[in-house]
Amino acid sequence: MNDAPKNPGPKNPGLKNPGPKNPGPMKPGPTNQAPNNQAPTSPAPNGGSQAPLAQRQILDAVAFDPKRFFLRWEWLLVVLLLAVNLINSNLSPNYLVWSNIMDAIRIYADKMILIFPMMMIILIGDIDISVASTMALSGVLMGVSHAAGLPMPLAMVLALLVGAICGTINGLILAKYQELAAMIVTLSTMIIYRGVASVILEDRAAGAFPDWFSHIGWGSLFGLPVILVFFFLETAVFIWVIHYTAYGRSLYALGNNAEAARYSGIDSKRVKVSLFAIMGVFASIAAIFLASKMGSVRPSMAKGYELDVIAMVVLGGVSTSGGQGRVIGVFIAAFIIGFLRYGLGLINVPSPTILVLIGCLLIVAASIPNLKNLLARRAKAVPQPSPSTKVTTSQADG
Amino acid sequence: MSNDIKHFLRRNVREVATLAIILAIVVFVNARSGGAFLTPRNISDMFTESAILIIITMGMMMVIITTGIDLSIGAIMALSGMISTTVLSAHMSLDPMIIIGIAVAVGLVAGTINGALVAYLGILPIIATLGTMNVFRGLTYLVSGGSWNLQKNMSREFMNVAIGTKFGLNNMILIALVVVVAAHLFMNKYRAGRRIYAVGDSESSAAISGIKAKRVKLMAYAILGALSGLGGVLYVCKYAAAQGETAMGYEMNVIAACVLGGVAITGGSGKVIGAALGAILLGILNNALPLLRISPFWQEAIRGLIVLVSIIANVIISLNVTKRSLERRAL
Repeated sequence: MNDAPKNPGPKNPGLKNPGPKNPGPMKPGPTNQAPNNQAPTSPAPNGGSQAPLAQRQILDAVAFDPKRFFLRWEWLLVVLLLAVNLINSNLSPNYLVWSNIMDAIRIYADKMILIFPMMMIILIGDIDISVASTMALSGVLMGVSHAAGLPMPLAMVLALLVGAICGTINGLILAKYQELAAMIVTLSTMIIYRGVASVILEDRAAGAFPDWFSHIGWGSLFGLPVILVFFFLETAVFIWVIHYTAYGRSLYALGNNAEAARYSGIDSKRVKVSLFAIMGVFASIAAIFLASKMGSVRPSMAKGYELDVIAMVVLGGVSTSGGQGRVIGVFIAAFIIGFLRYGLGLINVPSPTILVLIGCLLIVAASIPNLKNLLARRAKAVPQPSPSTKVTTSQADG
Repeated sequence: MSNDIKHFLRRNVREVATLAIILAIVVFVNARSGGAFLTPRNISDMFTESAILIIITMGMMMVIITTGIDLSIGAIMALSGMISTTVLSAHMSLDPMIIIGIAVAVGLVAGTINGALVAYLGILPIIATLGTMNVFRGLTYLVSGGSWNLQKNMSREFMNVAIGTKFGLNNMILIALVVVVAAHLFMNKYRAGRRIYAVGDSESSAAISGIKAKRVKLMAYAILGALSGLGGVLYVCKYAAAQGETAMGYEMNVIAACVLGGVAITGGSGKVIGAALGAILLGILNNALPLLRISPFWQEAIRGLIVLVSIIANVIISLNVTKRSLERRAL
């Protein structure tokens, strides 16, 4: 086993061998190795515990590898996005008109606001289908409280509060009763929240918002719709949160193996409650935008949003079994579905056909990773049916 | 003798509890509504109303037992109802049984597609059926071209399926009864039905003991599809209208009925009688709330609350059961 000093390294072509890319201080010291019994998949040369922080190697921070980089799901999405735009712009001369595109986004973007919180929830393997009802409830309460004389800014704060409470209720139930599936709990709160909204407002609508309120939905900032600017800011924040904070990393850990994550000190209950609370807050933000665009609120608003949002997240490469996916993929996927709807609508494709197309897109997107695994397994099964290698490669994919 | 009863109660604690809740509601509502609830006519109406729900709940139960779920039920109902009535409006003289057969076949095909996606392509059930929900719903609009199939497109014989009676019972109730009995026999006496439980309990150990787990899953989805087709055509027949939005969101009712009936969403457990009782409970609630003069705007919220409370109660019961059996083992 003690082959470290003489051998240039494990023979397999450097898929996971980060050797040449290691920062300087690592290089001169191959002598400090303790008998390195680690598996060839993780050639971390230093013992780890004593090394200063800067030198310590993070095992799941995979070195840059062009082949893997370009085989990522996100590139497929980029290609798809380009294809959608190319085809659409060939089909209709009005497609690439700036103002048209901006209008389409303005109409569509309140769903996009919901994708990142939903992505975080799906990352830990849960799901929230009560978002649309949360939107309805917080929107309705905002409208009613404003009609009852509350100043608009306070009414908006109230909406945010209601959203946060709705989400927290979901999270608390799920954290208290771990046996319950998120799908079922949020299914029943979905019925309850919209039910409460319709108790409050029955079949009426509440409106009469002040003039400035409509600028939230219809106004522009730096030549872009306010809602789009907000979405970009949100994207930046969520890239930071999901990919660059311990909180974000803990989501992946929980999604990959909740038990192991718990043993390594992640408070899964707190994470769960916070995730659903964030989801609720963003649902109420989306409700504010929607109410501003519509000029009124009613209990039936935003019906069916949850499905579109989940579709975007899944198309973006987030595995619904948890632990996999990147913000950028979801970001692109949102625009793919948005542009698809916009372009097909522009050339008068009937909306049922669009429905069928989006359904097929979702199924194909969800089956591609499985097909890839299936083919890989079949190819690998002939020479060496070793289960351990299968596990390591599939984990490195994530 | 009393030991037998105790044993029976312990084994069927969920079903007995559901039945007790149903009885409590019935007594309460009957007292509050001044005897308007327990009239033969109202009872018959109530069961007619919940017949479709009961039929589809049987299929959904099988799918949930295999740890799956199907969100495309409402869309399958709309699609099968639309296709079958479109055929009917072109050939008015066709026998109603043929129309129902067409609807069941459409549902079977749709369910098989769902099952293939889940079992053989390995897509998560919730995602696969979310996608097919869009597809089937879109196809419904495309088949109809946006128009509705109304009473004038349906023959009298066909309409009579929902209204007519046999042996003093409404046809729909009879159909539901047949489906429940068949499902009970299937799940308890037939090998294929027992395999559904085995796969839901542990797919890998089922596979090791020689069960073709994928095929069993496919079968469960196909059965659910066929039953949804049946439910869809009955729905269309009852309301004398098939349109693009038929039965929108019906899947949530069906899932709620299963959950109320004690079918564990984590798979592997759930009884036919329990699921049927769950559907009846939901149907009774739908019927009782208006009788109590509760505003229709309250009904949704109350229904959701009941589902939530019942799933939490379910978890608490099952936790207690496991705890007690562990304690017994320790002694």
